[in-house]
Amino acid sequence: MRKLREGLPLLPFLAVVVIFLIIPTVTVIVSSVYANGVFSFARIQALFSDTALAALGKSVLLSGSTAVIGAVLGAVLAWLIVSSPPTSMVRRAVISLCSVLAQFGGVALAFAFLATVGLNGVLTLWVQQVFGFNLAGSGWLYSLTGLILVYTYFQIPLMVIVFVPALEGLRDQWREAAVSLGASTWRYWREVAVPLLTPAFLGSTLLLFANAFAAYATAAALVSQGSPIVPLLIRSALTSEVVLGQSGFAYALALEMIVVVAVVMAAYSALVRRTARWLR
Amino acid sequence: MGSKVFRAALWVAFGLFFLFPLYAMADFSTRNLIAGGRTMQAWKNLIADDALYQAIVISLLLAVFTVVAMLLVLVPTMIWVRLRAPWAKGMVEFLCLLPLTIPALVIVVGLRNVYLWVTYFLGESALTLTFVYVVLVLPFAYRSIDAALSSIDLQTLAEAARSLGAGWPTTILRVVVPNIWSGILSAAFISIAVVLGEFTIASLSGFQTLQVQIVAIGKTDGPTSVAASLAVLLFGFVLLLILSLVTRGRRRGSAAVDPAVPTPAPTGVSA
Repeated sequence: MRKLREGLPLLPFLAVVVIFLIIPTVTVIVSSVYANGVFSFARIQALFSDTALAALGKSVLLSGSTAVIGAVLGAVLAWLIVSSPPTSMVRRAVISLCSVLAQFGGVALAFAFLATVGLNGVLTLWVQQVFGFNLAGSGWLYSLTGLILVYTYFQIPLMVIVFVPALEGLRDQWREAAVSLGASTWRYWREVAVPLLTPAFLGSTLLLFANAFAAYATAAALVSQGSPIVPLLIRSALTSEVVLGQSGFAYALALEMIVVVAVVMAAYSALVRRTARWLR
Repeated sequence: MGSKVFRAALWVAFGLFFLFPLYAMADFSTRNLIAGGRTMQAWKNLIADDALYQAIVISLLLAVFTVVAMLLVLVPTMIWVRLRAPWAKGMVEFLCLLPLTIPALVIVVGLRNVYLWVTYFLGESALTLTFVYVVLVLPFAYRSIDAALSSIDLQTLAEAARSLGAGWPTTILRVVVPNIWSGILSAAFISIAVVLGEFTIASLSGFQTLQVQIVAIGKTDGPTSVAASLAVLLFGFVLLLILSLVTRGRRRGSAAVDPAVPTPAPTGVSA
């Protein structure tokens, strides 16, 4: 009874979360195995059609490559940032820029690259003038290659944001202890810093993978026709639901996305728990 | 010496990769494609173009509504959980961080039935997106407010206020909120940035928000879209930069009263 009274003020919050987050998610899961009130695996089976498998493969390729590129380059940039004084304006500006690009860029990033290496892009025209070579030729910006380039533009900043705290967690005392015991800088990195940072690094890479796999806005703004990757296949399934056989396909694809992201995020949180042991 | 040069080279390389596209946007959006030379037409279109201007207004309204609704829902809940219902803390935290693992794309796929009811009760307006956006900003807002609440002695403050005869609304509004101001500010700023940048849900539910309009215009008028995109990026950048400066100011100024937020920049992650 007391618990009930204590719980009452939580109702508005619970209502919002249940109606606008839980119900849609449950709808997706249930609808992907129930068609017209009958339990069936037909929609799940559609996931193994050639189109769906090809999209999944390309999505994994895109997410995997940009996660690795983003993690490596982002770790380097994070190290550059951490080794500059914490109150400097440059550092603040770089971190703010990174948060904007990593989290709120979306559509804008697609247009950034259209303005740079698109048909009339600034770099394209410049290269054309100086080298007489068409940088935008064959429209690679709208293919998987282009997506990889544009995705790195938000993956690197995301890596910076999640990896800077881990780098900051490395205490000066550890380096001093290693050095006073006779270790060289190289040896300190190899035997102290890198092993300590490995779980955080791998965890962040997984996070980047999930982030790229679920990203929609950038790809949707860049690729207006065709659906090479899973998020865009969901778009075409949603917008052309009148086509016979497409109905319900979106649910199955969304379920596929839930499963992939959930698995990756579970591995991520396991790795983060290992990092958290020494980060505090 | 060698390492210094190496570092400088790295800074230059990263600087070029990240700043050149932004410079290109500025250049592209001020170029006069027909007559050559420079023109500010694309930037003027932000206000002159009716559809774009409407979309900007809608997105700004959505940002305001989302911030207000988020604060109304989240702040009392989080205070209540800490004071009276600690057993619910784990659940509230889990639910708040859940949107990080459930992609917006999944939410929008499952949202159709829910929105049938929403439009039935509230009519078909882009502003009904407020509800979903509150969910989207929960992880970011939760972290900011949670950090601010952890840094004050909430129990003592609330008991003092209550024993002096204040009711719950007064306690929250006039005692707790002024003490977690920095957390509320960062929650609000980050939410604004999220809402102004949101495309997935708005576009797949068929509402004309700023980002949806930017993509629509991009098919015919590149420079205007690029100008609007750059404006949004710069706005978000300024917002977050101000935030990091404000939280630093507080940390230095009144450290004894309010040992500000440990995470000045959003360390949240978008999935």
